[in-house]
Amino acid sequence: MTRHALARTLVYLSLIAATVVVLLPLAAVVLTSLKSEREMADDSGALALPGNPLNFHNYATAFEDGRMLSAFANTAVILLFAIGGTVLIGSMTAYAIDRFTFRFKKLVVALFLVAALVPGVTTQVATFQIVNSFGMFDSLWAPIVLYMGTDIVSIYIFLQFVRSIPTSLDEAARLDGANAFTIYRRIIFPLLKPAVATVVIVKGITTYNDFYIPFLYMPSEDLGVISTSLFRFKGPFGAHWETISAGAVLVILPTLIVFLLLQRFIYNGFMQGATR
Amino acid sequence: MTDTTTEKGVVKAPTGAVGAALEPAPAPRPARLWRGATPWLFLLAPLALLIVFTYAPIANMVAYSFTDWDGVSPELHYTGAENYAELFTRSDLFEVFWVSGYYLAASVFQIVAALYFATILSFNVRFRNFFKGVLFFPYLINGVAIGFVFLYFFQDGGTLDSVLGLFGVETDRAWLGTPESANTSLAAVSVWRYLGLNFVLFLGAIQSIPGELYEAAELDGANRWHQFRYIIAPGIKPVLSLTVILSISGSLSVFEIPYIMTGGATGTETFVIQTVKLAFQFNKTGLASAAAVVLLLIVLAVTWVQRRLVPDDKVDLA
Repeated sequence: MTRHALARTLVYLSLIAATVVVLLPLAAVVLTSLKSEREMADDSGALALPGNPLNFHNYATAFEDGRMLSAFANTAVILLFAIGGTVLIGSMTAYAIDRFTFRFKKLVVALFLVAALVPGVTTQVATFQIVNSFGMFDSLWAPIVLYMGTDIVSIYIFLQFVRSIPTSLDEAARLDGANAFTIYRRIIFPLLKPAVATVVIVKGITTYNDFYIPFLYMPSEDLGVISTSLFRFKGPFGAHWETISAGAVLVILPTLIVFLLLQRFIYNGFMQGATR
Repeated sequence: MTDTTTEKGVVKAPTGAVGAALEPAPAPRPARLWRGATPWLFLLAPLALLIVFTYAPIANMVAYSFTDWDGVSPELHYTGAENYAELFTRSDLFEVFWVSGYYLAASVFQIVAALYFATILSFNVRFRNFFKGVLFFPYLINGVAIGFVFLYFFQDGGTLDSVLGLFGVETDRAWLGTPESANTSLAAVSVWRYLGLNFVLFLGAIQSIPGELYEAAELDGANRWHQFRYIIAPGIKPVLSLTVILSISGSLSVFEIPYIMTGGATGTETFVIQTVKLAFQFNKTGLASAAAVVLLLIVLAVTWVQRRLVPDDKVDLA
């Protein structure tokens, strides 16, 4: 029995240790973001409490001088179009692949399957030239189109859901004179709501966090998204850790809120996304 | 219209109005043609995007890799396999592969730790949801924010030094100052960031194992270790093999964390950072393409090996 108790204690200790490892770096940044410039200068260490815990001065600086407002706006536009496009494209592809037999179907499926294995980072050297030749370089269209066109994972998620919708529904509607587009729009798509929710969440979070694509394709400062705008803090705010910390907290906060509100969906979404 | 099954009843409501608005059924022959074209109409946009932004780049990349193109000038010369020869013979170009070793070692630790936490949290533990959330949350955080959080963490007089100070350890060590220390630190950050995903995947797999199995095992006198060895381990095999693949290809294509934190300085340059620099800073599109082709082939080879080793890779957990 004592051995059992010891094991239990060790389990809890390991969990608490992990919690400290995860939360401590974040807590230090939150503390730092609330400190004044003078407090930072007196070298009291990263874990010292701020004199005034309601000192939001650094947040104002980060928000205005760091151009966070336009960054959030740009990110919102990209999110809207990229997610909308992904949902449409993913559901249409899944519907066509699951509900129709046509020539070259195997080839089409194989094209999507193989594309899922190609890591996006490797091909950007050449993708860049194509995006550039369309004149989309340094515009919001570059990330929107790339996020829309290269998301195989959401096609998988939709495919699983379309399969679970009984074909008798399609047939019944066809007897009533509905054509394929009507069936897709009035029957399949409305029944895909759970898949849409999953894709919106997973795609939303990965798009919000992506750094590589906006960094490569949108160098002008006006087109900063939250990742690239925060990255630009490195120059002007060089050693001003209180401002950089405030910027980081501003970026993390929306994620935390979404996570707390949608926990269950997020776990399921990322599980479906990763295991396909 | 006489057949009224329950399913049809459900369907009728939304289609009724639309059906009425549609034209009467068209003649049989055009109808068949139309039917044959229908799937392609749905696939038009997806396939166009897939080909333009995935397959065309791969084809171009392979083509560029045999040239000396600089990415801008209209002129380019066919140079045969010269880029590949340069890549494999110039030691400074190939050296960056060793940096992946740090991340590979880190991902071994990461998988073991994720497996441990998934196992203990699949049993009854107080505050389970809290611990689950804490372990997973880092995976959702923006990479640039993580980079800054840990730049501050490893900074002189930053979080880590302050914590060590609490225990009476005074160091003025520059954590990101030497290649070994910097790469170890960056690899640790990547464990911090990605552990949560592995953990949640394992947890999901473990929880999809029917509970009666544990009960039956307990009746047979199996202890926790036996339960892990004979029930949990076989149950998570598909997810485990998937995780191993993701870890290997992830370790080879590390970019964000080192690029944001050190910019590739002090020996922390990874293969992808080098490729990006070659292509977009030094305008060596040809050489960069060759590097990208090599990386792509390695990743595909690793995936292929995994599919061969674990032929039944249907990860049906639901």
